[in-house]
Amino acid sequence: MVNSPQEDGLVLNGLTKILGGRVIIDNLHLVVKKGEMVSLLGPSGCGKTTTLRMIAGFLIPDKGNIVLDGKDVTTIGPEKRPSAMVFQNYALWPHMTVFNNVAYPLKVRKLTKPDIEKRVHDALALVNLMHHKDSRPGQISGGEQQRVALARALVQEPDILLLDEPLSNLDAKLRVKVREDIRDLQRRLGITTVIVTHDQDEALSISDRIAVMNNGKIEQFSTPQELYDRPETEYVANFIGSLNHIQGGYENGQITPGTDVVGIRPEDVHFSKEELPGSYPATVELVVPRGHFCEVYLKRADIELRAFISSDVPRAGSTGFVKINKALIYKDGKLVKVA
Amino acid sequence: MAKQEKSRAKSSSPIVKFFLVLFMLAMAFFILGPLLWLAIHAFVTNWTYPNIYPDGWTWHWWTQVFADSALEHSIRNSLIISPIVVLLSMIICLPAAYAAGRMQYAGRKTFLIGMFAANSFPKIGLFASIATLYYALNLMGTIVGVIIIQLLGTIIYMTWIPAAAFASVPRNLEEAARDAGASKFRVFRTITLRLAMPGILVAIVMSFLASFDEAQGTYLVGAPSIYTMPTEMYALVENYPIQVAAVFSLLLALPSVLLIGLARKHIVGGQLAEGFQIK
Repeated sequence: MVNSPQEDGLVLNGLTKILGGRVIIDNLHLVVKKGEMVSLLGPSGCGKTTTLRMIAGFLIPDKGNIVLDGKDVTTIGPEKRPSAMVFQNYALWPHMTVFNNVAYPLKVRKLTKPDIEKRVHDALALVNLMHHKDSRPGQISGGEQQRVALARALVQEPDILLLDEPLSNLDAKLRVKVREDIRDLQRRLGITTVIVTHDQDEALSISDRIAVMNNGKIEQFSTPQELYDRPETEYVANFIGSLNHIQGGYENGQITPGTDVVGIRPEDVHFSKEELPGSYPATVELVVPRGHFCEVYLKRADIELRAFISSDVPRAGSTGFVKINKALIYKDGKLVKVA
Repeated sequence: MAKQEKSRAKSSSPIVKFFLVLFMLAMAFFILGPLLWLAIHAFVTNWTYPNIYPDGWTWHWWTQVFADSALEHSIRNSLIISPIVVLLSMIICLPAAYAAGRMQYAGRKTFLIGMFAANSFPKIGLFASIATLYYALNLMGTIVGVIIIQLLGTIIYMTWIPAAAFASVPRNLEEAARDAGASKFRVFRTITLRLAMPGILVAIVMSFLASFDEAQGTYLVGAPSIYTMPTEMYALVENYPIQVAAVFSLLLALPSVLLIGLARKHIVGGQLAEGFQIK
């Protein structure tokens, strides 16, 4: 890594965690820049939540260390660590009002009453919840509870904000709005943030960089665009976006016999009635409307391709020409060529 | 629950409804009838079988009860002993309940089931063997002896109910407090204990009643030097007219009713119930 130490917000250095005799996190390295928003993305059981819990201090790594703003915090308990976490189901205290939930971290820090009042009001104003300050968590909606949890974390002015699947308990519409709110707040406050999610849409739209995790390791750590355009492993290519898998080789826009894996994004499959240079004939097998685009299944001999087409959608049974604009070639799961 | 039953009754046929009402009246009579009989007897001069109405009304029995120093003494004993028993029970059992509800250790299940063992045999056998031990330790006829005997009956309430209450406090509520900077003790005090409080209050009420109403063991150990209200009842039933026993029964029921009323208001109606399912 080329960043100077002052620029690094969070450094995970060779983290290893063994739980119940199983290696959950395996020699994990990650450097998050100050003010950056990073997603840990992966399926359940890949170790992303375990990693987050180690950053928060709920778990102590068996090996490796955690450096936060240049300070080693590996063995510091969660109460002394300058991190704040938003839990998956918010973990608001039902016996306290919204105001007292947000004020709790400040009361623990023994701030003066007017100070607490001012900071809680600021935090609640930030998430637009002043009108609910005397409500109890049980009386407000899921989205509002989420914002209280966020306010409770932000009021601590942490060096790092940790979000554990913050949107998974919200319905689809609200999820998009809340994730934009979170992104907006994070940018405005410039706070280093690590967010755990299994939802690629969420990760792609919210993060500066994404760490795709698999089996306790990071498969790839790059920007959303790079992750999509140049997935370094077959696993990442499968996890982010859709992919056509073809066993074989790839030469001059044509699939050839071979032993590698050719991955083609459905949006890189071009279909037209007329023959173009480098295209080959195919039959339309099936058309599935997907709203703003159609998923089209194309077949030629034993090769089947999925294409996303948004205009001039062909009819099932018609014939035409397929041109592959871009292919990712993998050998033993690793990217060897982009053609 | 009550709402569900009501709506079910509404949707069913008039015959079913009729029997339901009949059943409820019978239940009410069965439960409240003896109490009503008792309440009336506390105020009548005499009321015997063929007469539909009592012969006359009087406060006489109440003045008699309050004039008798032995009765007054037993009331004072009860009001001193029961709170001490509950307090001791809390000190001894609540940490055990927390451990049983929150920690995983070998023999945890055995411990919880074992709590039942003392309650699953006829108590009188247990008390008899304790009595022999008491003679050796010179605890017979002492307040300490009575307190220990009554303590036994409260243990089951003071461990099982709070253990369930502690176990039902979600872990991430505690983690959130730790994350917010609170020490372990502060987390316990402000989060765990507060959320387990309804269960603990129920346990306190149950234990108080168990101690307050305990008669068998108290009689065996305490008599003749220490009488509590329930053991005094034995003497009353034998030595006084039935009306005095009725008055005393009402007095005996009074703390129970007050306590349940108070706890109900605090637990079911209070803020503790919010966001928290009281089973």
